[in-house]
Amino acid sequence: MTSVANTTGGAGALPTPSVSPRKSVTGTRLWVAVLFLLPALVLLGALVVYPIGYSIWRSLYDADGSGFVGLDNYGDIFSNDATLTAVRNTAIWVAVAPAIVTALGLIFAVLTERVRWGTAFKLLIFMPMAISMLAAGIIFRLVYEQDPDLGAANAVAKSVHDTFVSSSVYPDARPNATASDLKPSGGGSFTTTGTVHAGTPALLPLVGIAPNRLPGSPENAKAATGSGVTGTVWLDFKLGGGGTKGQIDAGEKALKGVKVEAVKDGRTVASAKTGADGTFKLPDEADGAQLRLPASNFSAPYNGIDWLGPTLVTPAIIGSYVWMWAGFAMVLIAAGLAGVDRNLLEAARVDGANEWQVFRRVTVPLLAPVLAVVLITLMINVMKIFDLVYIIAPQPSQPDANVLALQLFLSSFGGGGNEGVGSAIGVILLLLVLPVMWVNIRRLRRERQR
Amino acid sequence: MTTLDTTVRAKRSLASRVASRASGGVLQIFLILVALFWLVPTLGLLVSSFRDPTDIATSGWWKVFTAPGQLTAKSYQSLLENDAITQSLLNTVWITVPATLLVVLIGAMAGYAFAWMDFKGRDWWFLVVVALLVVPVQIALIPLADLFGKIGIFGDIIGVVLFHVGFGLPFAIFLLRNFFAEIPRELLEAARLDGAGETRLFFTVVLPLGAPAIASLGIFQFLWVWNDMLVALVFSDSESQPLTVALQQQVRQFGNNIDVLAPGAFISMVIPLVVFFAFQRQFVSGVMAGAVK
Repeated sequence: MTSVANTTGGAGALPTPSVSPRKSVTGTRLWVAVLFLLPALVLLGALVVYPIGYSIWRSLYDADGSGFVGLDNYGDIFSNDATLTAVRNTAIWVAVAPAIVTALGLIFAVLTERVRWGTAFKLLIFMPMAISMLAAGIIFRLVYEQDPDLGAANAVAKSVHDTFVSSSVYPDARPNATASDLKPSGGGSFTTTGTVHAGTPALLPLVGIAPNRLPGSPENAKAATGSGVTGTVWLDFKLGGGGTKGQIDAGEKALKGVKVEAVKDGRTVASAKTGADGTFKLPDEADGAQLRLPASNFSAPYNGIDWLGPTLVTPAIIGSYVWMWAGFAMVLIAAGLAGVDRNLLEAARVDGANEWQVFRRVTVPLLAPVLAVVLITLMINVMKIFDLVYIIAPQPSQPDANVLALQLFLSSFGGGGNEGVGSAIGVILLLLVLPVMWVNIRRLRRERQR
Repeated sequence: MTTLDTTVRAKRSLASRVASRASGGVLQIFLILVALFWLVPTLGLLVSSFRDPTDIATSGWWKVFTAPGQLTAKSYQSLLENDAITQSLLNTVWITVPATLLVVLIGAMAGYAFAWMDFKGRDWWFLVVVALLVVPVQIALIPLADLFGKIGIFGDIIGVVLFHVGFGLPFAIFLLRNFFAEIPRELLEAARLDGAGETRLFFTVVLPLGAPAIASLGIFQFLWVWNDMLVALVFSDSESQPLTVALQQQVRQFGNNIDVLAPGAFISMVIPLVVFFAFQRQFVSGVMAGAVK
């Protein structure tokens, strides 16, 4: 009990109990108070206070705890490449994620006030707060799946991409090296060595695709007829064998939609696309030109964005965090917004301010205290981010996505075998929240003095 | 003033009615798009959990909209026949329920003492509790792993529970003390005059009156522990691990076991979502007050 007596020595700084509105109902006997407080104080002491002291002490010792190393573990964190990435990524997280979440929360809070289904919208946006980061991580692993046929993000990316860039139909096609005049001409295109002449249909046979893998239901290839510069592009392969290489045999399939360019002295003078029967017709000025099948016919299909690769993995995970926490910011800011005096907004509108000016000059300044609380809360939260990174980053990208809390886990429990460095990271995380701890204490003491 | 006001309004509304109609439509569309953006990821998980593994591996979940025949509860069935998963689900309950009840009970006792009992150094002790509000859990992982190892509860459910109780208490005490302090003094004094001791006062007056705050705290703590992965990852073993840890082990081969992960994640989400929709108000106030953790 001496510690209680000692700490009371400084009680003069706080209001004297007699003026406090919360005195015991009738004088409480000390042992009753002790009885009510003891479980909490013992647990807090053993499970929260003691670990802080132990971590500080442990962070000054080496990996197995036998040798005193001073501040070397802290030095290691800022010199070792792996941990330095974690420091840098945590800084990115703290700088970026809370700002995006708060901005989105503000936008949603302001906009939902204007629609009738605002409550339903808020409910939906807030819902991810209820689920675990593990579940959110699995949800976003699915979203970010690389294969555009499986992952929603890349399915969208691919359809947007393919809207603007026409994709090639025959990525695997190539000329038959022996039976064809077409030779590779750099960059994935193929050009004939000879020239084409009006009245002599050109034959451009391709191989490399199985006939049953052709898209759509291809027609049989036909030899081009008529005068002018013409020709046929077709799949020079007959199921079951047979046929003559370089000749259009009965049953061989046409390749539709292949781009054919006429090239004279390296310049493209004309171009055409093959029709359903594989034939194409070039204008007369193509007479005497070489024929080129440009690389766009053979380019590999667009495969989406490598979301979880080394460069994009951190922004991708931040995206999932924004999804989880935007609702939190929105609800807090909406509560603040409900307390804003509407007359102030209306007065600004009457004075001729447009909606953006009202938002920028009146709403945001009035909400500044709420925005600050949201921002700081999110910063504390983001500093300790662990689950999302651990779940979403695939093994090969994990070093690139590393953050302090993950590094602490990896150093101490994930095979790193270095509790010294782990403890040092823990102490750094504690140091980072000290300012907030101080603000909390200050606020409490101010309230007491009132 | 009123006439001026109305004339200005009338002018404005004439000039801007068309414009505001149009922008109202744009706003609706924008918010619908945002709502879809928030809904689709979860929908993807839900739909995937109801598809056959071979379908999952070959086509996107949105294919079910054209082929609804793909929907099947097979993954759930095999998941619930998986002993490791069902055991971990039970462990989640065995961890979450005691960790929540203990925090509420011990926190309420301390909160009551801080609010209504008179003892030396009360304000200083409470200041310490407030200071502990923002201590990151990470700092206790290594020390408590060592400590629990020494006393032989490392890997036990009890270790996981203790950890959550320790880190749940500062917020519990803070929230409940502030709420209890608002209880009218007359109510307590009346009970006191009837001859109730502190203990009876606590159980018959303070706890019932504190029910709203206790509900918020209970829901927050329940979800916090239910959704935790990090603490359990360190302090549980293969016998005592909760569902989050069991599922986390499957993430390594993500592409190959979506049929385990999707229904598993969804089962782990069901309870939180039910709590969320059933107790929206308490949930929101609990999360808002406790997000500092």
